[in-house]
Amino acid sequence: MDIVYTIWLRSMKRYVRSRSRIVGSIAMPLFLLVFLGFGLNSVVSAASLGQQYILFLIPGMVAMTVLFTSVFSGIQIIWDKQFGFLKETLVAPVTRLEIMFGQTAGGATTAVIQGIIIMVLAVLLGLRIQNPAGFFIALAFMILVGIAFTAFGIAVASRMEDMTGFQLIMNFVVFPLFGLSGALFPISSLPAWLKPVTLLDPLTYGVEGIRYGLTGASQINPLVSAAVIGGFAVAMTLVGAYLFRKVSV
Amino acid sequence: MTTAVAVHELTKSFGSLVAADRVSFAIEQGEIFGLLGPNGAGKTTTLSMLSTILEPTSGSATIMGIDIQKDQDGVRKAIGIVFQDQSLDEELTAWENMDFHGRLYRIPKEVREQRTDELLKLVELYDRRNDIVKTFSGGMRRRLEIARGLLHHPQVLFLDEPTIGLDPQTRNLLWKYIETLAKEKNITIILTTHYMEEADRLCNRIAIIDHGKIIAMDTPARLKDAIGGDVVTIHSPDTAKIPAALPVPWVKRQETREGEIILTLENAEQHLSEIVTRLNAEHIEITSISVHKPTLEDVFLSYTGKTIREEDISRKDSMRMHFRMMRH
Repeated sequence: MDIVYTIWLRSMKRYVRSRSRIVGSIAMPLFLLVFLGFGLNSVVSAASLGQQYILFLIPGMVAMTVLFTSVFSGIQIIWDKQFGFLKETLVAPVTRLEIMFGQTAGGATTAVIQGIIIMVLAVLLGLRIQNPAGFFIALAFMILVGIAFTAFGIAVASRMEDMTGFQLIMNFVVFPLFGLSGALFPISSLPAWLKPVTLLDPLTYGVEGIRYGLTGASQINPLVSAAVIGGFAVAMTLVGAYLFRKVSV
Repeated sequence: MTTAVAVHELTKSFGSLVAADRVSFAIEQGEIFGLLGPNGAGKTTTLSMLSTILEPTSGSATIMGIDIQKDQDGVRKAIGIVFQDQSLDEELTAWENMDFHGRLYRIPKEVREQRTDELLKLVELYDRRNDIVKTFSGGMRRRLEIARGLLHHPQVLFLDEPTIGLDPQTRNLLWKYIETLAKEKNITIILTTHYMEEADRLCNRIAIIDHGKIIAMDTPARLKDAIGGDVVTIHSPDTAKIPAALPVPWVKRQETREGEIILTLENAEQHLSEIVTRLNAEHIEITSISVHKPTLEDVFLSYTGKTIREEDISRKDSMRMHFRMMRH
């Protein structure tokens, strides 16, 4: 555990120092929240949602922040590879598993903190969390999404030599996952043929879980959501650990 | 004296490329041992195998009696490494880099902090301990890496091209640190270098390595003695004619290269005028002539027929070819 903590601690120190990154990765979801939220609030019929569009959108934006931050944190291992720092960790008398867990814990923590910042800002935009339990439910789902996608980032980074493939992964994997997740619109409003695809997207369950926590309503049973995103987090951690074991520098 | 490092027929192949070819040597405790050779000769590959980063294709090695393949963690605890490429976290301070390392090696807090302070003072970075590494110069980073490599009190320290890319002044300073370390801490040091002066100045013994093979191994003094005298270099447009013009017994060896010929002979000063007279008699033009005591460069030349710099250039070309082929 001490090694996992050491690597987590390094992530935290780097995170706290990278102010531009903190601001940069919050700006996008915040702008979307303001532009889409207010812009579409009157256009989107409230009837189909049962609530204001902006309130529907907030959990989606929280999920988006966690998703993008965690994938990015995981992929950062490539930089450690390129700047040589990974070597320093790999020749130490520690196991690869400890390093991988430390990185995952660090990335997930960063992502969750970013998500919480968006959540706090959302309160200014009208978010009213129903009760403290709701907040903790949302937090639990954010942690699971954070772990799952940091591990995903590590898995990807383990197989990449440099950042050239990063854009590809972002555009063809992460963005579709986000788009299909029901972060921006209710799953029920999709055409019937697209709905099953949405239900195959693990992020859908993360978004629904966070939405349940923050607004008290969701289209998927929160227990089902917890099981699916939890299972996915475990699976991604295993895949990440397996691929990271084979990393060579 | 006990053996610190024992290497037996260590081999690493990457496909058809044999990067290290049955490398064998033994290093006594407290020795500074140098692997000297051009870029791509197999120095780093050998070091990577000894430090458990690379799995050997065949052969074996022990460090402080610990087998590098059977007990990787044991080896990792016994060694400290300064890599050829930088391996610091630039976003952290000097102190935090040391602290991270100490935690990875599970050094208790108090010992860790005390040693960190002590080592940072040794490499004269104590005043900058709370500065982000990004603001450090190349020499400071190198010193920090050496300090970090010593934090867990390794018995064997690996230095991979410790002064590459540094200015002469910083290089001199680092050499002093390394000498002090070897003397004060009595640790065994293996360093790789392609700088002749570095190997000459620091190492008790040197293994010259080329194309993955050790081609000579001895103390710097004995390697140079083996050349057998002084080295005379003659630059001339007619180098091809020179051997025939000098049918004398005191020239021990001669090597004709592009635009120059290199002769080895004892007491060269006494023979200089005769050489010039003989070449003049044959109407061979002399652009320049020089005499020097043999250096490791001459040793390398005598074993390989090339200077290290030439090797570097041709090796880079062949590496480039290699990578191009792999890419297509």
